Amino acid sequence: MKNLIKRQEFYISLVIIILAIIIGAKNNTFYTLPNIFSLGKSTVVMGIFAMGTLVVLLSGGIDVSMTAVAAFSMYLTCKWMVDTGYNGSIVLGFVISMGIGGVLGLINGLLVSLFNFPTMIVSLGTSYAFAGFIYTFISTRIVNVLPKNMTNFSKSEIFVSTLENGRKVGLTSAFIIMLIVMLITFLILRYTMLGRSIYAIGGSQSAAERAGINVKKVKLLIYPFVGVTAGLAGIIHSAFMRNSNPFDLIGTELNVIAAAVLGGANVGGGKGTVIGTFLGVVLMVLVNNSLIFLGIPSYWQRVTTGIIILLATGIPAIARRCSYAKEN
Amino acid sequence: MNTISKIKNTIFSDPDRDRLLIIVFAIFILMSVLRFDKFVSVTNIQSMLYSFPELGIFALGIMVALITGGIDLSIVGIANLSSVVAALIMTKLGEGEETQFSIVILAVLSALVVSMLCGLINGYIIGSIKIHPILATLGTFQLYGGIAVIITKGYAVYGFPNTFIFAGNGKVLGAPFPFLVYIAVVAVLAVVLKKTAFGKRIYLVGSNNTASRYSGIRNENVLLKTYMLVGILGGIAGLIMIARTNSAKADYGASYTLQAILVCLLGGVDWTGGFGKISSVVISVIGLQFLSSGFNLLRFNNFARDFTWGAFLIFIIVFNYYMHQKDEEREKRRLSLQRKRPQKT
Repeated sequence: MKNLIKRQEFYISLVIIILAIIIGAKNNTFYTLPNIFSLGKSTVVMGIFAMGTLVVLLSGGIDVSMTAVAAFSMYLTCKWMVDTGYNGSIVLGFVISMGIGGVLGLINGLLVSLFNFPTMIVSLGTSYAFAGFIYTFISTRIVNVLPKNMTNFSKSEIFVSTLENGRKVGLTSAFIIMLIVMLITFLILRYTMLGRSIYAIGGSQSAAERAGINVKKVKLLIYPFVGVTAGLAGIIHSAFMRNSNPFDLIGTELNVIAAAVLGGANVGGGKGTVIGTFLGVVLMVLVNNSLIFLGIPSYWQRVTTGIIILLATGIPAIARRCSYAKEN
Repeated sequence: MNTISKIKNTIFSDPDRDRLLIIVFAIFILMSVLRFDKFVSVTNIQSMLYSFPELGIFALGIMVALITGGIDLSIVGIANLSSVVAALIMTKLGEGEETQFSIVILAVLSALVVSMLCGLINGYIIGSIKIHPILATLGTFQLYGGIAVIITKGYAVYGFPNTFIFAGNGKVLGAPFPFLVYIAVVAVLAVVLKKTAFGKRIYLVGSNNTASRYSGIRNENVLLKTYMLVGILGGIAGLIMIARTNSAKADYGASYTLQAILVCLLGGVDWTGGFGKISSVVISVIGLQFLSSGFNLLRFNNFARDFTWGAFLIFIIVFNYYMHQKDEEREKRRLSLQRKRPQKT
């Protein structure tokens, strides 16, 4: 029980539950299946982003370029598919987008691991460079008509059930992709040497080096992973939007980082879990999408987002200090 | 030591800054060669002097936060909130011609008070509650910007008295007013950082938090004051911003945050805290202004500018990395020579 109180996951679940109770009491459409499924759909893109962000945060780094990477890979992939009239399986589109993301991530990884540059600076520079590159050398025009297979993918649903009025609702099947990404991240972090090395580097880089961990190699692997998840998140975002806008996603990177940190990931590194991060994403999505249910005008959204971030990070900080003071 | 070598020693005391200076000079030469008639014209230089102070002051604010080992992502939010407050005071109260001046003063003062309060909140959250600065200011950025959205309902506020517009577009003795404000801010900040005990403490807290605490410095107190200072800088930049455009809105200038961080990093401010020079940051912002004005004259679009800024940042850090390696090698050689000499005798 004592351990539970110290965990961020506990607080974040508490906040989510309280928020859900308040929203549900105010507006009973909140608990209906269509709304829950639509919330689920909203978590997908951010949830996949957050897994990459979690891994970087665990290693003690911070990556603000993942949304630029995502925009880059999704736009290039969609443009390629439309320009060549590609009409085959969507899996190839996903693989290409993830591949482009991986290559861009590798650029970050090389700069971080070879030169040992601060990750925030590198990713800040590359995010400008990647985004600027698309707009300058490729195009700024939105790709409007996506291949049929992508639209079909965004329409495909699981758990389809029929409502009383005869409407059919279901959860987007992309939700499964997010769960798979989370499972893979969880398995890597929990059961592989690589995952434990990531935690070790985040805890103390010099200690990890002395313990015989090849820090450079691990760092070189982390950033392509972020790139691959970003590429995946980007292409799914495109499919959801039914178009590919190179200006989308960019600017949301700090929200993703905030979601991961809300879920207990430590900005200094070494601390954080997949489940906590998922809860953080759920909270962010809940706040962004459900204020309307409380009858709060949409221009209040920024203030509430700010207050939630401050409360969710502030309460555990205060609790930690109180327990610290008690011990001494 | 004679005067010339003294001056030489103070100007060329920092190899990083020298390199930056050379690079900025190279940009200037390059742009002049490409578009001499336009780039080295009075109009272009005037327009550069009008447009860079906003970014310059934001960058100084971020620099101060970076020196303490923190960061302030909310500085643009502070600028927007305080300038919206000033704008509302001027448009709601400033009807009569005679009262104009006093109302402008009232508006400016209340904007500065608001920005200081915002900074105070940041400082308390970071210093005393001890939330990580990135998260704390990310939260307050949403909070301050959100309050500005609520009080304006998201609309722009415009139509300021002429006295106030002068602050953004007027000239004093031939020099653009925003530029004079920038010089004043740089001068005051230089004195605060270099000559006061508070300035020394900012650097000490940033370079070693624990050591500063054990030497009797109250870190929370220093952080509180630091973020108040950052807030005031944000407020000043916000006022210039709305005076120049003659309108205020809750979400102006969001891209300034990352640009200001970029300026600081180019200027060699240490990300982990404890090190940062005003002079380098000033040179760096001027260099970026040369780049972006030059690109405008070359009819590059804004996106090309983003691309070059990012690539430029990466280039600078890689360049400095190799230069540092060279410096270290030279230092090692010098040390090994020194070690050899006593053995001979």
